[in-house]
Amino acid sequence: MTAPAATIASRTEDRAVGLWTDAFHRMRRSPSAIVGSVIVGFFLFVAIFAPFLAPFDPARGVLADSYLPPFTGEHLFGTNIQGQDVLSRIVFGARLTLGIAVLSVVIGVTVGSFLGALAGFFRGWVDAVIMRGVDIMLSIPGLLFAIAVVTWLGRGVVQIAVAIAILNVPIFARLLRASLLSLREADYVVAARSVGVRGPTLLLRHMLPNAIGPLIVQATLALATAVVDAAALGFLGLGPPDPATPEWGMMLSDTYRYLNDAIWLAFFPGVAIVVSVFGFNLLGDGMREALDPRLRR
Amino acid sequence: MGKFILRRLLLLIPILLGLTVLIFLFIRLLPGDPASAILGERGTPEAIERVRNALGLDRPLIDQYLEYVGGLLRFDLGTSFLTNRDVTADFLQRFPATIELTAAAMIFALGLGIPLGMITAKRRGSWFDTAGTLVSLVGISIPIFFLGLMLKWLFAIQFPILPDSGRIDLIDYGFPRVTNFMTVDALLAGELGGFMDALRHLILPGIALGTIPLAIIMRITRASVIDVMNEDYVRTANAKGLSSSVVDGRHVLRNALLPVVTVIGLQLGLLLGGAILTETIFGWGGVGKWIYDAVVNNDYQVIQSGVLVLALIFVLVNLAVDVSYAFLNPRIRYS
Repeated sequence: MTAPAATIASRTEDRAVGLWTDAFHRMRRSPSAIVGSVIVGFFLFVAIFAPFLAPFDPARGVLADSYLPPFTGEHLFGTNIQGQDVLSRIVFGARLTLGIAVLSVVIGVTVGSFLGALAGFFRGWVDAVIMRGVDIMLSIPGLLFAIAVVTWLGRGVVQIAVAIAILNVPIFARLLRASLLSLREADYVVAARSVGVRGPTLLLRHMLPNAIGPLIVQATLALATAVVDAAALGFLGLGPPDPATPEWGMMLSDTYRYLNDAIWLAFFPGVAIVVSVFGFNLLGDGMREALDPRLRR
Repeated sequence: MGKFILRRLLLLIPILLGLTVLIFLFIRLLPGDPASAILGERGTPEAIERVRNALGLDRPLIDQYLEYVGGLLRFDLGTSFLTNRDVTADFLQRFPATIELTAAAMIFALGLGIPLGMITAKRRGSWFDTAGTLVSLVGISIPIFFLGLMLKWLFAIQFPILPDSGRIDLIDYGFPRVTNFMTVDALLAGELGGFMDALRHLILPGIALGTIPLAIIMRITRASVIDVMNEDYVRTANAKGLSSSVVDGRHVLRNALLPVVTVIGLQLGLLLGGAILTETIFGWGGVGKWIYDAVVNNDYQVIQSGVLVLALIFVLVNLAVDVSYAFLNPRIRYS
């Protein structure tokens, strides 16, 4: 009984490799995937090498230099009320905002997929309980949920990431469950089951590899929303309270009272958010086109 | 059809019950205690104990929960611990402001999104299509608070042509607030100037809140119109020699709008969340800012009632969307 199962498994792997190679080739031809990767790569690079890239210490303020407008002296993006360099703060802020976003999506995908896999694979009461829970979570406005969780857990980086991850859990649970339900009836799954492949092997070797494409696309798009959510929490005053590494949304909320005189304080961090979110959205769109077999010409 | 609606309504009961338990337990996990929040610096342990007793917070959780649910069933949302005001009255006073804002955002999003989606689909591959698709992707990527601040800076501070906050000019227009819909109240009072002023106040927050739905609706409309244009019945309609405006209006758009309806329902939930940010930036006295303040200040009664009512509205809207879907699309019949 093991021999046919092994053959089927290895053949599935051949096809999986084929899909990925094909997807990679298609992504290289998709302008949105290329531009998206370049933007995302740029921001990840900035976040990782922040200490080498930032022209100034983001926490050091020179009061004599406060409110310097941009593009005039050595401060490219100007300075804030405390005389801190805005560009350096954005560079270091990339670590915090993108770090929270990546962490939250990793948590959200892991927990959500686990629940979705349980629901889609076992069906029955497991499915019913998990999906009613998902319905309940989806009926509360997302940002409100995140605000409440941060108020409850505190304003640390991990806590904020968990708050945003909770918003993603229902999305990934639904997505994976739907994929698994449609895969149950797929010919190769029926074939694998008919030769005696059962339980975790069936799920992990035959079904999950074929459900992972949409998951990756959704994860990329979720990174975009996670950046916005992290910044929104920061804007509402619920960001990490570390003065040395300012979160982008917090930089906006710090300054919106001085909108009349110092628009650059809100403008540059905002542009950083928009461009990075745009990059994730572009990459997600490009990947969707590359990975969706139905769109293959 | 009636059976379908009934089943969906019955399915709401466990969801709502689950929600009440979740919200009730959750807010009691929030750090801080309403009693000490009310007393502030003056709170001696004895005073805090007295206030806890007066608010019923020292009673067993199950009693507090039953009282909460019992109140909900009698449409009594309780009294705010902090302001001592009736939560139902506060909600009814603020909710029209949020509906007015959400409606303005939705009108903006639909009014521009559907035509733009239609045009970009018809001219698929042209520079207009490419530009439109790119702009819509940028639109999705702009956070509400950033767009709101920039609109405010540009149109209320740099070029002061629109008001920067509030719902109406309070000095000039003190007409009675009957419905708390500012536009409706102005018309009821016969204040045409007040009506125009209320509209002017809606423009910037409406655009800030409506831009992401606009971009999403435009993308969905475009994709859906392209799908429908490839259908056999559209080719038949064209072959019959119908004018292109009749084909577009009667055959393409009607069928293409089905997915758009679903998206509108989902967007309404996001709009309620986005209202928190928009109302903060534009000093808009709606429910978003109200519940946010309640969460930050530990006002149990407002959180547990307000969040539940918002969630209820959201699930009802989605039910309405599903039902209207069946009416619009004869191919779908729920049984």
